[in-house]
Amino acid sequence: MPPKRSKSVTSSAGSKKKGKNTESPAQGEKRGHPDDILPMVLTSATQELFGCRADEDVTGESPYKLLKKDDLIQDLKTRAAVSDFSPAKQIVLDYPEDELLLVFDRDFTYDQLFYLVLTPEAKARILNPPQPEAPEVCENEVHKTGRSEPKPWISLGSEQEIEEESFKESREKLWYKFSRVRRKFGAPVCFSESNIDAYMECVPFQDSRFRIKQMQRDFGMQAVPRMQSSSSQTQWKFKRNIFTRYTPRELSDGDKENIHQCENLKHFCNSVTPRVLQALQQEEIMNVFFDDWKALGTAGDDADWSGKVSEGLMLYQAFTDQKYTKDKKISSINWHPTIYGVLAVALTEKKKEEAMDESSAFEFRASHIVFYSFSDPSNPQLLLECPDDIYAFEFCPSDPNIIVGGCVNGQVVLWDISAHVIHLQGTQPGKKYSLNADTFDLDDNKENKTPVVRYCAVSALESSHKAPITDVQWLPPTFEVTKLGLPVENKNNVSVQVVTCSPDCALMFWDVRVTKLLSQSGSDRKQNADQKTSYGVPETFKHLDRTWKPLFKVSLPKIDTGGEYAPLKFSLELYTCNANTGRTKEEANENDDGSKVVPDYSQLRMPSAKTLATLEDFNTKLYIGTEDGEIIYTDWKLVKDDSGRQQSAKPLHCFRTHHWLVNTVQRSPFYKDIILTMGSWNFAIWKEGVMEGPIVTSPCSEQVCTAGCWSPSRPAVFFIGKDDGSIEVWNLLEKTGEPLQVHAHITDAKITCIKAWTASSKQHFLAVTDDLGMVRVLEIPKTLYAPFKSETLSVKKYFKLEEDRLKDFMKRDELWAKQKKEAEKLKKKMDPVKPVKSLTENDEENMKEYNVHLEQEESVLKGLGLWTAPADTEDT
Amino acid sequence: MAGTEHTNVEDTLKRIEAHKGVIGTIVVNTEGIPIRTTLDNSTTVQYAGLLRHLAMMARSTVRDIDPQNDLTFLRIRSKKHEILVAPENDFLLIVIQNPSE
Repeated sequence: MPPKRSKSVTSSAGSKKKGKNTESPAQGEKRGHPDDILPMVLTSATQELFGCRADEDVTGESPYKLLKKDDLIQDLKTRAAVSDFSPAKQIVLDYPEDELLLVFDRDFTYDQLFYLVLTPEAKARILNPPQPEAPEVCENEVHKTGRSEPKPWISLGSEQEIEEESFKESREKLWYKFSRVRRKFGAPVCFSESNIDAYMECVPFQDSRFRIKQMQRDFGMQAVPRMQSSSSQTQWKFKRNIFTRYTPRELSDGDKENIHQCENLKHFCNSVTPRVLQALQQEEIMNVFFDDWKALGTAGDDADWSGKVSEGLMLYQAFTDQKYTKDKKISSINWHPTIYGVLAVALTEKKKEEAMDESSAFEFRASHIVFYSFSDPSNPQLLLECPDDIYAFEFCPSDPNIIVGGCVNGQVVLWDISAHVIHLQGTQPGKKYSLNADTFDLDDNKENKTPVVRYCAVSALESSHKAPITDVQWLPPTFEVTKLGLPVENKNNVSVQVVTCSPDCALMFWDVRVTKLLSQSGSDRKQNADQKTSYGVPETFKHLDRTWKPLFKVSLPKIDTGGEYAPLKFSLELYTCNANTGRTKEEANENDDGSKVVPDYSQLRMPSAKTLATLEDFNTKLYIGTEDGEIIYTDWKLVKDDSGRQQSAKPLHCFRTHHWLVNTVQRSPFYKDIILTMGSWNFAIWKEGVMEGPIVTSPCSEQVCTAGCWSPSRPAVFFIGKDDGSIEVWNLLEKTGEPLQVHAHITDAKITCIKAWTASSKQHFLAVTDDLGMVRVLEIPKTLYAPFKSETLSVKKYFKLEEDRLKDFMKRDELWAKQKKEAEKLKKKMDPVKPVKSLTENDEENMKEYNVHLEQEESVLKGLGLWTAPADTEDT
Repeated sequence: MAGTEHTNVEDTLKRIEAHKGVIGTIVVNTEGIPIRTTLDNSTTVQYAGLLRHLAMMARSTVRDIDPQNDLTFLRIRSKKHEILVAPENDFLLIVIQNPSE
């Protein structure tokens, strides 16, 4: 390693200034002013001489005065030692330029009033300061915007390190010259031996300096990323487009015009038109693709060609249960809306009137609603316990686990069977794997026990009906009703309200949700929501139990006389289309299917009436069948009467079509304005909006019609159950005066209830219940459930026809009545006409004569000159 | 003269359009760009594009079987309506008709 250089005092390299600065640097540094100026004192004489009087020729603002060198020399010569410029004599003589700068130093920065600038460079520098201010400022500004300005270097000690490390010559280079004497050049050489006594040997020795190992070494490192670039190429084997995006080409208007003008188009049109017209005409004449043969036979589509095409209703299954149905009759039957093959019947006591007299009346047997399933005809699947006999019950359309029923004592009852739905579903044929798989030994126990569900809630006794409830219906999920009786939109889209009617002349609207008053304590109930009471009753409707009051009540005052109608059955219009929200039934159905969220009924709250929009265009009218056989068309909206109170409006019309109890009022599932009513010995079909009466009335039959229902798949077919246990099938398109088929002796007793159901596209069932507590399920044959192609249209046309006929009939009726009246009036007028007429004629004649007489009198008197105008007195 | 030719074309096409059951007419040139139409733009473009290919293919089919033959008319009957396509030297006339049922 090279030895370190010894430090020596060196003068900094660049400090040697060239120029005419003859003063030594040491001297210069000792003074307080730079080397190239010389402070001097100028006497006033000198000042006057050179024209640099203080504060007159030179001032603070212009302190510079240029003095000619010749003048100075002259002055020096003339005044020699006295001259003020004598100290600078040599400088002046040596000055290369012609003019020296004298600066008036007002502030005495260099201790004297004036100073002479000794070097031309300094003079230039002082005279023309290198304009540092402005450009520097500009540069600063410029630099500030972009990069940082170069700042003066602050020494942090790094120059010492550099100095240490740098290589400097410590002394002058020494050079030696070795030469031989000239005369010895070329002389012969003579080598001789000699003993070397003293010789220097350089022996290698261990230098201790090299034994020390350096343990720590500073060196620098830089990490360089290794970069490698490579490339590859894929093989595009099948060149094809996966997506293309394009816009269609279109012609501009100008092009179009051009084309329109050209001859080609004209020829084209002319040649093509006849063909096209012919084709259009052909199309219009007849439809060549219509297969008449195929359209003829509807039954032969995929029917069994074995020849066993059944024409009539075939018995599919019969349900009965000894334990529960003994001595009971069935008052109402309903199919479960979602589970296949499950139906529920309500059982009521028979011989009720007689039971009141006998003492055995108080043998209380609980009333039940029994669920049957196709898989098990002799055992009921589920029992619903009722407080009393139920005359009508319905499944909730939004949630088939909620069932509402109307009691014989006027109360409304609610059940929630959600806990047992799985059991019901498990009883479907083909799903036997579910519950009984694990518990083989407990099989007997399980089968014997039919689960019993107690009712969740009953209405308050004092606010219920006073007579048995004969009809219960859920309001459709599209609307609901407020306390004031106004229809409003239903935000939840579930059915939450129930309408009941009873022969106590009232129609009541009920709501199954929690009212606002109870909502505070509802929070407590929420915690217990999933717990059950000791009876195993779900808490869904606990808020309603025994305190349930109807929303409002609609009474049915009679039209002409005082008193009220006693309704037995009613039918509401199912509101399907809402112009306000723009949602149709299909949309609502889709929403239900998509979400499949059935709200928890115990959590539903009644909203404040103000937040819901009233439905303006809603049809609030309904058809009611009464005890006396009348069919009433009335509005359930409450109106204000004279005294300002809310009251039910009078019915719009009422017809005594049936003679006795009306047992069915049902809307057609295909048309929302066609209603079938049935009672006593005939039935009638009504169209909503036609005020004149039923559009179709049937002739009276021999037996009493006790039950009826529309077919769910064919708009023209409906079924009637009779008193003697027979069923009639009517088809309006084929025969209007008599039934299409009569199936006698379906049951042995009176048919109490009949309900049709479409279980699947091939299986249509008709459930028939009778007075003995038996339920029979009949299968409807294909002829009766497969509709024709245009059956809906045909039936609609038929109804329209009937309506027109009816209207026409009414018109004619009126006309005839009018004519009759007129004829009578005419007769009456004939006799007393003449005398009356002669009297008036006489009067007129008399008046005329009198006027003539007056005129005559006037003229005569005037002639005599005695005319006094009597008109004055007459006039006043 | 050009004007009268134009009106002739118009009149002829109007006769077709006024026929019973006609939903719309489209006149298409060789490239498949609709020249004249009574339907809305998107439908027109769709019909023109699709039917042109079909008509060409039908024409080539007919001519493949018998080179002396040529396609005069193409009718497509669908459930909802009937499409009539009449090809000519340079143009194509498409008529959509609703058959009376």
